[in-house]
Amino acid sequence: MTILEKKDFVLNAAGRTVPKTANERRQTPYQGVGKFEAQGSKAASPIRNASGYSENGDKRVADLETALRKCGLRDGMVISSHHHLRDGDRVAMMALEAAERIGVKDIVWFPSASFPSQKGAIDLMASGVVHHLEGSMNGPLGDYCTQGKMRGMGILRSHGGRWQAIQDGEVHIDIAVIAAPTADAFGNCDGSHGKSACGSLGFALADSVYADHVIVVTDNLVPFPCVPWQIQGNNVDYVVTVDSIGDPARIVSGTTQITRSPDRLRIAELVAAFLRDAGIMRNGFSFQAGAGGISLAFISYLKQMMKAAGVKARFVRGGSTKYLVELLEESLTDYILDGQTFDLDGVRSIANNPRHVATSPFTSYNYHGKGNFASLVDAVVLGATEVDLSFNANVVTHSDGRLLHGIGGWQNCLAAGCTILAVPSFRDRIPIIVDEVTSLCGPGELIDVVVTERGIAINPLRQDLIDAVKGSKLPIRSLQEIKAEVERICGGKPRRPKLGDRAVAIIKWIDGTVLDSVWQVT
Amino acid sequence: MNMGIETATKGIGEAGHHGPEIRSDLHVRIEPRESGGLEIELESRVKPYYGDAIRQQAQDVLASLGVRHAQVSIHDEGALPFVIAARIETAALRAGLGVGTSVLPNRVSNPGPSPRDRMRRSRLYVPGSEPKYFVNAALHGADAIILDLEDSVHPNEKDAARVLVRNALRAVDFLQCERMVRINQLPLGLEDLQQIVPESPDVILIPKVESADQVLVVAQKIAEIKDNYGIARPIWLMPILESALGIVKAYEIATASPEIAALTIGLEDYTADLGVAKTATGTESLFARQRIVNAAHAAGVQPIDSVFGDVGDIEGLHAWSLSSRVMGFEGMGCVHPLQIPIVHQAFAPTPAEIERARNIVAAYHEAERKGLGVITLGSKMIDAPVVQRALKLITRARAMGLVE
Repeated sequence: MTILEKKDFVLNAAGRTVPKTANERRQTPYQGVGKFEAQGSKAASPIRNASGYSENGDKRVADLETALRKCGLRDGMVISSHHHLRDGDRVAMMALEAAERIGVKDIVWFPSASFPSQKGAIDLMASGVVHHLEGSMNGPLGDYCTQGKMRGMGILRSHGGRWQAIQDGEVHIDIAVIAAPTADAFGNCDGSHGKSACGSLGFALADSVYADHVIVVTDNLVPFPCVPWQIQGNNVDYVVTVDSIGDPARIVSGTTQITRSPDRLRIAELVAAFLRDAGIMRNGFSFQAGAGGISLAFISYLKQMMKAAGVKARFVRGGSTKYLVELLEESLTDYILDGQTFDLDGVRSIANNPRHVATSPFTSYNYHGKGNFASLVDAVVLGATEVDLSFNANVVTHSDGRLLHGIGGWQNCLAAGCTILAVPSFRDRIPIIVDEVTSLCGPGELIDVVVTERGIAINPLRQDLIDAVKGSKLPIRSLQEIKAEVERICGGKPRRPKLGDRAVAIIKWIDGTVLDSVWQVT
Repeated sequence: MNMGIETATKGIGEAGHHGPEIRSDLHVRIEPRESGGLEIELESRVKPYYGDAIRQQAQDVLASLGVRHAQVSIHDEGALPFVIAARIETAALRAGLGVGTSVLPNRVSNPGPSPRDRMRRSRLYVPGSEPKYFVNAALHGADAIILDLEDSVHPNEKDAARVLVRNALRAVDFLQCERMVRINQLPLGLEDLQQIVPESPDVILIPKVESADQVLVVAQKIAEIKDNYGIARPIWLMPILESALGIVKAYEIATASPEIAALTIGLEDYTADLGVAKTATGTESLFARQRIVNAAHAAGVQPIDSVFGDVGDIEGLHAWSLSSRVMGFEGMGCVHPLQIPIVHQAFAPTPAEIERARNIVAAYHEAERKGLGVITLGSKMIDAPVVQRALKLITRARAMGLVE
């Protein structure tokens, strides 16, 4: 990696030090919420001619290596993949390993997220086949990056940010490799059926539309037409059949489990009670929650409260799980808008219920477009690794600076009417409320409420919410007060681990500007 | 790793646990030596944040215990300072060091003295040997927390639990919960009292009581220690009857001491004593529980029911707690925070009962206002005890947040 010097960095509008370039490409520093306005036209993929494709619509080739060769794979190209198969995915590694066999170097891997099971990419980076990856990293891949071993700079984007980067031409995908639980020989494909079913395939949509070449890899070929299709075969160059695209046990869970921890259940209950007491829970409202233990419990408590009050939601957004599906099946919501399906109940529902609709990062989250669904949501419940007294929050690193999670849809969801962070006030003696976040992922002005087991803090900027819960029995406290209590319990403020002065990755905001840097940790 | 007893090698003391499954605890191993000062080897899940602080605290604690030369190895899994101090003190004791000294954490401020007949709908049991449960125990809204030194603590860990609970009483904020400690059976219980009483717990639970004398021994020891430490705050007693003989002697035990605030039953041991199985409806313990209610009322103390052990059976808990209330109990024990709201719901007066009580109280005030000697509601006369019960119910309902 080019070692950047001090002069190569600037202080952005959030007061964070960020590099002017990343991977030889000029970057725009963060300018504030809604301040940077992009101009110009969207990128476009090359014009193709139907005469270049088989007349009978059969785009099958022998294997992935053949497909990559036919796409003209060269040194330095960008290969993309999606993460709907999560830790059970095999296809991304199949593609990178095929690239190794072909003998190319300096590939840029552009996954919508990476997972620990893909740690084989580390060897490919060490041997020079892969130059770097742009996408979320955790586990061994995360450590590889934070230790400064990756040749290129990591770039962390939200789901919406990845769509925006592809759409704007900031990232040019040479070859998109799309793992498909069901496909036909023409290349139409879908994620809702098949032995490796994963629900939605929304994360691959931008890749299919904008990449120069598109390869579909499936373990469930059906005769034309593959119905429904979320990816259109008209954007696909080649189709490859394999025995298995992934490990079903790690694609979706058999069952998702609500947390059993009484502390986390308390947090979940407080979040639901907040929505009720603030009047956000009302007929026709909408909300979004993730698939973590606290979120599932929150949905469960909210459901009881909705039933007691006779309230029905207009739509709920997921990560869909059994708990969200129950809301739909018990007529407590009109629709589920689903970006990612986490369990078998979610897969079953999206396949059978017309009111369970697959969305994509374009509709849900894209900021460089004419609006997006995330801003229409009344309340969203998110996690965080750190929050500071200005309500700024971190979701990608812990306080020791090591990469832990991707951003996912987190940044995009901050546009909701009421953004709630549901977090324990400390984990393993480590306070969550800090003086200053280690990595800035979300500006405090967009974060409205922090709910911990020790109390609920409302951002002073939201006088309307403060007024709405006046007189309720909720434990409303200031963030300072909760922080002070936790520091007393933990025996004082924790020491801040010293981070290196080499930027190993950047964190982008939803508009493509650079919000913060991730610093090397030895 | 969990070594509760001294190892075969003389003088080595270990305490606590470590490992990926462990949280909020640590393991410490102290090997005394003749010279060479203190050599502390530290591994910690929170090393980047509190590594220096832990090392410093270990040095301070060992110095206070008079341990000058030892090889010390600490594996920490995010233990809070009061736990670190407790584990080191216990390991030192097990190594034969620091006898007669204690390292006491700073005290948090506690609520005022606990009234004898305060509301005790729910009491959450917390095993005294599991520090991870202490710090958030009060958040779940139980009326009382029981820090247990008895049956939930392994015999090899009694010494460790005693120090942990003592430290917790000082360092942990239990908010508005009544602070209770269940000591061990006598004579071990007397050792517990020695460490616990100076920290002014509100209630001492005495297990397996079968005679008034046993209560008197405990009461006397408590009075002695309070005297030595100049403690004026009341410490109430709650005998637990867990055998046929205990049930026979219920009234005698309930009136043994003016410090007794409540009387309760331990169903696990009681049914074992009778040689019967515990059933969902509790027919086998009906007599015992009714006897407790009766004896408690005759003695002017609160009758409190046992715990409902099956945490997964919410329906069963609901049914049991309703019948418990109907029988005359004023509360139950809880073994899991999830049980608390269900128990509170069951022991809350119904709207109809509140309405009736309100009417009685209104009639009482009306009679007072008019200077009448007799209180009537409709055509019925209301006796003084009925009025008292109605007033108490309204006060309780107000405390539960059911009326303004």
